Amino acid sequence: MAQYLILIYESEEGYANASPDDLGATMQAHTRFAEQIPALGGTMLGGNALQPTTTATSIRDDIVTDGPFVETKEALGGYYLIEAADLDQALAISKLCPAPFGGVEVRPIWDLSGG
Amino acid sequence: MLAATARVAGDIDLAEECVQDAYVSALDAWTRDGIPSNPAAWLTTAARHRAVDIHRRHQTLRGKLPLLVEPDVVPADVEDAELIPDDRLRLVFTCCHPALGREAQVALTLRLVCGLTTAEIAQVFLVPEPTMAARVTRAKKKIALAHIPYRVPDSAELPDRLDAVLTVVHLLYTTGHTAPAGEQLVRADLVDRSLGLARMLLVLMPDEREVRGLLALILLTDARRSTRVDATGRMLLLEEQDRARWDRAQIDEGLALVVNALRGGGAGRFGVQAAIAAVHAEAPSYAETDWRQVLELYDELLARWPSPVVALNRCVAVLMVDGAQAALQEVDALDASGRMAGYRYLPATRADLLRRLDRFSEAAQAYRSAIALADNELERAFLTGRLNEVVELASARS
Repeated sequence: MAQYLILIYESEEGYANASPDDLGATMQAHTRFAEQIPALGGTMLGGNALQPTTTATSIRDDIVTDGPFVETKEALGGYYLIEAADLDQALAISKLCPAPFGGVEVRPIWDLSGG
Repeated sequence: MLAATARVAGDIDLAEECVQDAYVSALDAWTRDGIPSNPAAWLTTAARHRAVDIHRRHQTLRGKLPLLVEPDVVPADVEDAELIPDDRLRLVFTCCHPALGREAQVALTLRLVCGLTTAEIAQVFLVPEPTMAARVTRAKKKIALAHIPYRVPDSAELPDRLDAVLTVVHLLYTTGHTAPAGEQLVRADLVDRSLGLARMLLVLMPDEREVRGLLALILLTDARRSTRVDATGRMLLLEEQDRARWDRAQIDEGLALVVNALRGGGAGRFGVQAAIAAVHAEAPSYAETDWRQVLELYDELLARWPSPVVALNRCVAVLMVDGAQAALQEVDALDASGRMAGYRYLPATRADLLRRLDRFSEAAQAYRSAIALADNELERAFLTGRLNEVVELASARS
């Protein structure tokens, strides 16, 4: 079994302009997503939504600045840490992750446990 | 059994020897212990064990093995219980995994399935060898680090995954059919490899219609191979090719496959492309081609595959059915969309249409753009010839 981070990148404008109903639907979609993972053979180890990039603080070379590390059209808005047998399984799971205003990146965790 | 053994043995001849040995030892063991519940598995395991033994003693074989699979790509597990389907199919699907970029898919397929060296692959795509080596290494690393599994996709994923494999094989074919750069028009070795891969896929996946479609497409297009360049080395258009010298055997084989690929409706994009090639193959001449049918088929193709390249090729059919003005309008629309920037066939097509409409100085401009984008010597020579023609016609007029 391998671990992967699903990084959710979405346009923040999309959420800013969404109705309360739409927001509720997205939240439900995330709940449903979590429920679907075991059926695909994976395990959800964790996950969180992040506050918008306006709340971010970045540090480079000891210098602290306001804002995200990189300004992108679609910003990092949340993540899930999952366990899956292989990339195909991880991708099957990730395809179900709600990201109506963008998409996801699937990155394998670097296993440094030396096992 | 041979491919599974070949995977470990890394050499077809050696693998065949081991298979023979396995049968011999089977006679011995089964007489003694009775026939095992999975005789095929027993035989294959025996053959592979023998291969591993021999392999250990003949390390020098490693240098020249067409089917050698590097251990860091495959979870090289000699005790692997799953011996069928063919390892080559698993290998092809792994090499063409969507998590790998198209260039990496092509490079990896040539390297691991066809056994080309990185130097040979670099030469095909005219990149420096270290660049190609890095590309292959990076792809293998990704397979390992992201845990891309070594398996044939299950039926839910198969259509998309198969499409990627067919695209890679087709890309190899088109690269060989019209080499993107260099002095030859056709690179026979690449064409032969793509044909070999297409045939292999048909053997391994006989029920897949798109596999039939791809093989038909390659056969029908390749049938024209010997007529595409004249005796002086000049490139010949479809219009000018001597159809009597098209390879009849390939055409017949291709036509039979097309029928199967299209049977039962819902053909895929390779089947439809093959159908277009079939219309050309059956036409006694360029003028007598059923262009309406070709245009209809292009409409079908575009519906399945909304690619600007397909749209451009369709314009040639529009030319033959509705005339140069109609075709030019469509080409101009494509040009305006910006989706074809840098694609040399767009200015070349525009130039030809302008030439037909007697708009010679505009045609000359378009030919110049096309030449600037061309890398293949024969294509460049052809375009230059046309440029000179229209320049003359333009000045004759003024």
